[in-house]
Amino acid sequence: MTRTGSPRDADRSSGGGAPSVVLVTGVSRFLGGNLAARLAANPAIERVLGVDTVPPSRDMLRRMGRAEFVRADIRNPLIAKVISGAGVDTVVHAALSAGPGSSGGRTAMKEMNVIGTMQLLAACQKSERVRRVVLKSTTAVYGSGSRDPALFDESMTPKDLPSGGYAKDAAEIEGYLRGFARRRPDVTTSVLRFCNYVGPRIETVLTRYFSLPVVPTILGFDPRLQFLHEEDALAVLERAAVEEHPGVYNVAADGVLMLSQAIRRAGRVQAGVPAPLVGPVGRFLRGTRVVDYSPEQMRFLNFGRVVDTTRLKERFGFHPRWTTVQAFDDYVRGRALRPVLGAERIEAAERTVLQAARMLR
Amino acid sequence: MPEARVIPLRADETGGRTRWRLGEGRDRGGSRPGARTRAGTEAREPGRETGREPGRTRRPATTTPRPRPGLDEDGSGGAAVPPVAAVPDPEPPAWEVGLEEVLRFLRRRLSGDYSVDEFGFDADLADKVLAPALRPLYERWFRVETIGLHHVPDTGGALVVANHSGTLPLDALMTIQALHDEHPAARRLRLLGADLMFKLPVVGELARKNGATLACNADAERLMSSGELVGVFPEGFKGIGKPFKDRYKLQRFGRGGFVSAALRTGVPIIPCSIVGAEETYPKIGDIAPLARLLGAPYFPITPTFPLLGPLGLVPLPSKWYIEFGEPISLDAYTPADAEDPMLVFNLTDQVRETIQHTLYRLLSQRRNVFLG
Repeated sequence: MTRTGSPRDADRSSGGGAPSVVLVTGVSRFLGGNLAARLAANPAIERVLGVDTVPPSRDMLRRMGRAEFVRADIRNPLIAKVISGAGVDTVVHAALSAGPGSSGGRTAMKEMNVIGTMQLLAACQKSERVRRVVLKSTTAVYGSGSRDPALFDESMTPKDLPSGGYAKDAAEIEGYLRGFARRRPDVTTSVLRFCNYVGPRIETVLTRYFSLPVVPTILGFDPRLQFLHEEDALAVLERAAVEEHPGVYNVAADGVLMLSQAIRRAGRVQAGVPAPLVGPVGRFLRGTRVVDYSPEQMRFLNFGRVVDTTRLKERFGFHPRWTTVQAFDDYVRGRALRPVLGAERIEAAERTVLQAARMLR
Repeated sequence: MPEARVIPLRADETGGRTRWRLGEGRDRGGSRPGARTRAGTEAREPGRETGREPGRTRRPATTTPRPRPGLDEDGSGGAAVPPVAAVPDPEPPAWEVGLEEVLRFLRRRLSGDYSVDEFGFDADLADKVLAPALRPLYERWFRVETIGLHHVPDTGGALVVANHSGTLPLDALMTIQALHDEHPAARRLRLLGADLMFKLPVVGELARKNGATLACNADAERLMSSGELVGVFPEGFKGIGKPFKDRYKLQRFGRGGFVSAALRTGVPIIPCSIVGAEETYPKIGDIAPLARLLGAPYFPITPTFPLLGPLGLVPLPSKWYIEFGEPISLDAYTPADAEDPMLVFNLTDQVRETIQHTLYRLLSQRRNVFLG
């Protein structure tokens, strides 16, 4: 994965410096769009191209400023023309999609994720100018189970390979990127394995889950969760795009929250569902389109997952500004979630009981 | 390479049999562990608070003047609150103080305002709910007596290796309790548990919250290198589920993974021998087909268990001794020695022999299973 002293190293004028033309995929979504906006605000970068199959919202387009939107499908070989035509030297692949609902079904999502990445990497391999590829991956590649170690570091592999869904896509895509890195050893490849994002603006399966008034959980299990603030996610992606950071990195905030604790912090009511009923309840919730819950996410809510971010801090040199708890609180405040069971009510009840106790004295 | 050591059948001179523990404890009255524990947690609390979330905006301090700001746990909220001047009497009754503390705990739990470490250890819950719940069992039912607690260091990582017995892992819970209540530094024992435990609902959840994690080298080494006291029962299910006739016969010690973890992190190994747990649920039979059906390692029959129904779950009130032996220092070795299977095997055997001999010695000194 690391760049092994290639002949092209010498004639690379800018070395590990800022890129001149950056291509960002998946700009219609939160991370891609905002990353393009951040890169566009960097005067050292000549051009920023944003690619997606659907145009970003008007608001996002305005925020993207001088970044150019190219409506293209990365599954189509035409993407090679875009890359070579514009002389792209840095590719940030942020299009990996986790929710089948938002990408038109599981088959479409898989095709977009896997075939799209293959085409994109093929195009990168063809282009002489490309010298850096950044992949937005996920910590879901570690799976989730009862036999997992408490913390995963980058060198660990899952106990059971993900059998399907987003995690499997991500694992396959990482495999393609490794293959690409072998074929083009002169290109720096960075893989950023992100944990779940939260924040006032980002929309994910989990943010929708925590906004349910009654949050279904699996009875008798309380997984450990780790979050990353959306701004931290953008900052890491931006730094990976403009600096040299070869390798694989787990990206997550410090600290953990238990699922029950997160639900309480959001002022929601927890409803434990016995494990045998989890399947039907999950299907029902999927049917109502309230939350799009895939079996792998069910497993995640069963056992949770925490990753070790030592490498991110020491080698990448990034320290998340928000801890898991702060990021989650920011999400709760930013969404103005009206607590079903708020802190005021709890304190009021506490006062009432104490006053009653004083009366009795 | 360590030679086969002669382990004296007497207690070592320094440790002795610290019966003083019992006497002194009685003198200071029943509130001893509770009082000390509370003081200990309060001393640690502020540090953890600041380390955890420096920028977290607390709920505006103006919300509610808490009834008794002086008793506010972390002090930061209480400082901003105008003192309630009209407190009628300076000395509220004890039960009211207790009630306030319970309510504070409940508020913390209900608003999710507590911190959990990466392994899922919930110190707040362990101190306020789990430890007090187990304390009567520890003090009154099993009348646990600890020996050689001074062998457990006050700070820094160490690996406590103990014998496992008793059908249900009460010995694990009592060892946690012993180190937390009786050790001068109130150390927390972080147990390494079998994966089966984490698959079970409720049990797995509570185990993690009580500081346990999966018995794998990654977790063990991470805990030990961060200066935690780690506990392991290398016999596993072979030990805890052995028939009553095999009591106090140590089973095979796995593959010695615990030794290689200790070698890699350079922490000492403390052999720990537990006497009394074998008699809590004497396993006189095993319904293997039922166990297979339930996916359990065994389905025990004890003199009381299926016979008396749920009443059979009450453990027999045996008298317990938990002896911590002299630490086996691994300073002479390097982390690379963990790759030497012969050394690992020898050290494993040394630990096993030490525990086995200590068990025999404790048993020979015990006159009665229930009276000690």
